[in-house]
Amino acid sequence: MNSRQDREMDRVISVKQALNEAMREEMRRDETVIIIGCDVGIRGNPFGVTKGLYDEFGPLRVRDTPISEAAIVGTCLGAAATGLRPIAEILYSDWITLAMDQIVNQVAKIRYMFGGAIEVPLVIRAPVGAGGGQAAQHSQSFESWFSHVPGLQVVMPIAPHDVKGLLKTAIRSNNPVLFFEHKRGYEIQGEVPEVEYTTPIGVADVKRRGQDVTIVAVSIMVYKALAVAAELSKQGIECEIIDPRSIYPMDYDTILASLKKTNRLVVAHESNRRSGIGAEIVSQLVERGFDLLDAPPVIVAGLDTPMPYSRSLEALVIPSEQKIRDAVCTVVGR
Amino acid sequence: MSQKHDMTDVSALFPELTPLAAPPDLSAVQQLEMFRKMSLIREFELSVTELWKQNLIYGLAHAYVGSEAIAVGACQALREGDYITSTHRGHGHTIAKGGDVNKMMAELMGKHAGYCHGKGGSMHIAAVDKGMLGATGIVASGMPIAVGAALSAQVLHRDYVTVCFHGDGATNQGVWHESINLAATWNLPVVFLCENNQWAISCPYEKAAKNTDIALRAVGYGILGVTVEGFNPFDVYGGVKEAVERARAGGGPTLVVAKTYRYIGHFVADDQCYRDPKTNEPWMQLDPMQRMAQYLVESGLASAEEIEALRADARKAIDDAIEFGKRSSEPSPDRLFEGLYASD
Repeated sequence: MNSRQDREMDRVISVKQALNEAMREEMRRDETVIIIGCDVGIRGNPFGVTKGLYDEFGPLRVRDTPISEAAIVGTCLGAAATGLRPIAEILYSDWITLAMDQIVNQVAKIRYMFGGAIEVPLVIRAPVGAGGGQAAQHSQSFESWFSHVPGLQVVMPIAPHDVKGLLKTAIRSNNPVLFFEHKRGYEIQGEVPEVEYTTPIGVADVKRRGQDVTIVAVSIMVYKALAVAAELSKQGIECEIIDPRSIYPMDYDTILASLKKTNRLVVAHESNRRSGIGAEIVSQLVERGFDLLDAPPVIVAGLDTPMPYSRSLEALVIPSEQKIRDAVCTVVGR
Repeated sequence: MSQKHDMTDVSALFPELTPLAAPPDLSAVQQLEMFRKMSLIREFELSVTELWKQNLIYGLAHAYVGSEAIAVGACQALREGDYITSTHRGHGHTIAKGGDVNKMMAELMGKHAGYCHGKGGSMHIAAVDKGMLGATGIVASGMPIAVGAALSAQVLHRDYVTVCFHGDGATNQGVWHESINLAATWNLPVVFLCENNQWAISCPYEKAAKNTDIALRAVGYGILGVTVEGFNPFDVYGGVKEAVERARAGGGPTLVVAKTYRYIGHFVADDQCYRDPKTNEPWMQLDPMQRMAQYLVESGLASAEEIEALRADARKAIDDAIEFGKRSSEPSPDRLFEGLYASD
């Protein structure tokens, strides 16, 4: 390794910085990239993700909006159809519900129902996830809803490297991409090269190698699974942790390759279990690789309640490291 | 007891009708072209109903009969490069913006040669190459899309204008408000053209809003609102042209309300059980086709024979389109997933 690469790999930044860099670089690279949303301007978004972009790119390209989610998304769609590459920001993903007609009936369908005559280079960014006592309307993760809708792509990376690379790819894509960021993950630190790179949509990343069990961990569950794996390793159980990074398209090839080795599967996601992405992942893997499984797969997911406010109740709903550990022990028969 | 809402008093809606009179900036050729497009729309729509009954057109179709003056008057005020967005009643908008009736008819027949390769049908008719950004089956959903097209013009420093067609039914959707407010706040080059045909399927506008003067709502957004007579193509043209010029010059959006009356059913199979079809008759007297033809003859721009010839040409163009549609093939199964995602 030469010294330049050394320096690059040594650079550690947060998810928040990775997002900011991705947008800044793409906005410098392509003047059709714009950001639209509540508080994205001077305030730099509630989490500081767009900080400084207003100063660099000005009010024409970094636009604060009134609180009008449907108009934010619909306007970005119209702009995407006519020459811009908008990044729409929904302040909390819970409020994406206000823009559902635009996302489900327009954004997802316009390309197909007009026979491919319109491209939709649109990214919709929104923070997901619970923790911190934000209760029922500020804690949800809706990745499974959108993965259900043909015409959309859904990505949900968590490591700073993946976050930056995938956001850059999403901005350059001519497909509409829902880009979900975990709001408890903005301060996660990780190595991010300074050189230009992108990360492909639809490709999973193996975050840890192991031969005893495959854990497909979505978003912040990756870090919980890594902590569990470190602990179980001391007991002789080696977990392979796969971060799908993209929810749709889902990289089943990488997961199947892992299952060929481990023959055991745990899926972990924070959103509640019922009709969740875990159910889809397990069903696909059972169809594609039933013979690979030596034990019934286990899904670790949020409980099927609205997110309660109380610290103690909230902790029951969000999947814990203990629950992931228990699931691993169940599938490996310990 | 009948709960039907019968509206027969034309003068209640139109205290006096504006006489057809072309403004000086419209040449004879342009006026005749307007009549040609109106005739094309009328003939297209009359055929759609028949073809639907013959099961050659599948699904739903909403006809633009009686509204021809609005789409044609408005699009006459536009130039190449300008955009429009449409509604579920979009055939007229497409033809007025220069859409090819062959591709339209093929689309309605679900054929691969259609504008959307048979993926959209009547409710999603589009002619993107002509700046017609597509019809939508969800009331008011085109509003923010038009605002977005206008945003592109502003950000990219282009001088095109977008006209957002919508109906009175759209005015009570939340996104109608959000879109106009955003466009007004950002001073975007968009004209919101509300076709107030008095009926949202079976619900008359006076049962949908206490203030039935939609143009007044513009005040709330700090923009200008004007009402034009939707049966009069020149009145529509005048109102829209002023709004388009203002938008192009950086003056922001305008709400133009074209007052009209839907004297046909909501869609091809509407039995109109909510009103007595007899109550449609007084409104049919306002038929823009008759008035336009009469005006052109009376003002010496065309003889009665020439008018007939224009109508016959339109009829022939639509007959040809029907033949084109019938001759075209259905999309093959391997095209099912085509167009779903871009291949980046």
